[in-house]
Amino acid sequence: MYFSRKNLSIPYIIFLLAFVAAPMLVVLYYAFTNGEGQFTMTNFIGFFTSPNTIGTLLYSIMIALSVTVLCLLLAYPSAYLLARLHGHKKPILLMLFVLPMWINFTLRITALKEVLTTLEGNLAFHPFLNTVIGMTYDFLPFMILPLYTVLEKLDTSLMEAAADLGANPVQVFLKVTLPLSVPGILSGITMVFLPAMTNYVVLDMMYNSTYIMGSLISSYFSAYDWHNGSMISIVLLLIIFVLTIATKQFGDEANENRGTVL
Amino acid sequence: MKKSIVSALLLGVVLLFLYLPIVILAVYSFTDSTTIGAIRHFSLSNYRVLFTTPELKHMIGGTFLLAIGSALLATLLGTLGAIGAFYSRRVGKTTISILNQIPVINADVVTAFSLCIMLVVVCGVDKNTFFPLVIGHTILCAPFVYLSVTPKLKQMDSNYYEAALDLGATPLQALNKVILPHILPGILSGFVLSITLSLDDYFVTTYTKPATFDTISTYVVNATKGEQTEIKTALWALSTVIFIIVVIAVWMMNILAKNAEEVQDYEAI
Repeated sequence: MYFSRKNLSIPYIIFLLAFVAAPMLVVLYYAFTNGEGQFTMTNFIGFFTSPNTIGTLLYSIMIALSVTVLCLLLAYPSAYLLARLHGHKKPILLMLFVLPMWINFTLRITALKEVLTTLEGNLAFHPFLNTVIGMTYDFLPFMILPLYTVLEKLDTSLMEAAADLGANPVQVFLKVTLPLSVPGILSGITMVFLPAMTNYVVLDMMYNSTYIMGSLISSYFSAYDWHNGSMISIVLLLIIFVLTIATKQFGDEANENRGTVL
Repeated sequence: MKKSIVSALLLGVVLLFLYLPIVILAVYSFTDSTTIGAIRHFSLSNYRVLFTTPELKHMIGGTFLLAIGSALLATLLGTLGAIGAFYSRRVGKTTISILNQIPVINADVVTAFSLCIMLVVVCGVDKNTFFPLVIGHTILCAPFVYLSVTPKLKQMDSNYYEAALDLGATPLQALNKVILPHILPGILSGFVLSITLSLDDYFVTTYTKPATFDTISTYVVNATKGEQTEIKTALWALSTVIFIIVVIAVWMMNILAKNAEEVQDYEAI
């Protein structure tokens, strides 16, 4: 029998077409049709004119921005310091920062919730703050990892050269280190921003009753409203599309890094 | 000197943020307290409940069975896909890598929702067959296997394969004896990553699971909504057990990786 290496990908291609591409087309179809199967823009117009759904979109973006900024503020210095470490402590410390990724997030959020409840008395007093803390806790390793990968690869002689040429440490950081680590920052943002807009489980567990985009899909799904659920999916896909275009040239590299973390 | 203290302090604070909740919960899992802060007596009752309640045992067993099964399927599909794509012409390669990227960057809720709509609503597949659930978890994992195998293929010297053919191996033999051993580390790390992704998943599971089946994630979320304190504190014990298993597993993989590196260094000499 004739054997060709490229034919090995046929099962995977069929799998991807059937269970990745086809569902996207189904969602696209549902988003632009009504119950009778006729083409309509009602779902789309409805989403962008209703104060409720627009409010949800804005609230999601606010949560996602806060989580992303907080993750960056915690992850950048950590990743920077980790990358500059030497000796046998380095792999162990790196492992410590990445290890929480392997523990089920609902269990980790349960742990955080118990601690926050003890500290605050009642979680319901600060729903926004608790959600941001919860998501930061959940997503932080996903921000540290791409930043570390980029910072670790940085050629330190560039920084030394800048210092030799008279730049002070702040200037070296702002003019050399920071610009060179932009790919890591961007891929960290793509790994945190979108989950923060959609992970309604963290939100629910923190007793935050305000909806984010993920909660909308969930509530339409429970109401058997496939059309509006699909509409929200399309809106999220548009946001993903914009994010991907914005970070395109760096995306592949960053995801390969995630794949090879072990 | 001052600088190193500041940096150690910063790393310490971030690590404390990451680990303090898990450690506190672990400590309280060994007491009979039902809330954190109330100091009670040492007790193993949480662990007794965890390991003897049939409902909990089934849920944990089912979670791991699903994770291993879908990780195996994902590893097979992803590896074959990566090898095939790597030796395909440009168009084929681009098509696969774009399709592969969709589940990676897509929000899990959207992946779960779209798959459920297509399989259950449009095609009428019964969720009780576990088919949507297994497909869903495989979709979640396979792209990451693809992404961890591809770099290994890129690193490989293509002459080895040609040499094997010149020496009389059939293409299939060359694949088995030359390509597969070379990319094995990528396949293994893809497999391990798949297991952890499947264990961590909540969204795909909720949208595709049979009503009577629960994984750790869906079970925990439902349990925190209810007021069954016995189950709630048994989950603290579960969290502790998983934490310990993960620490040991990561530690062992680290040692294995180090040994493998030493062997490679040795071979290089």
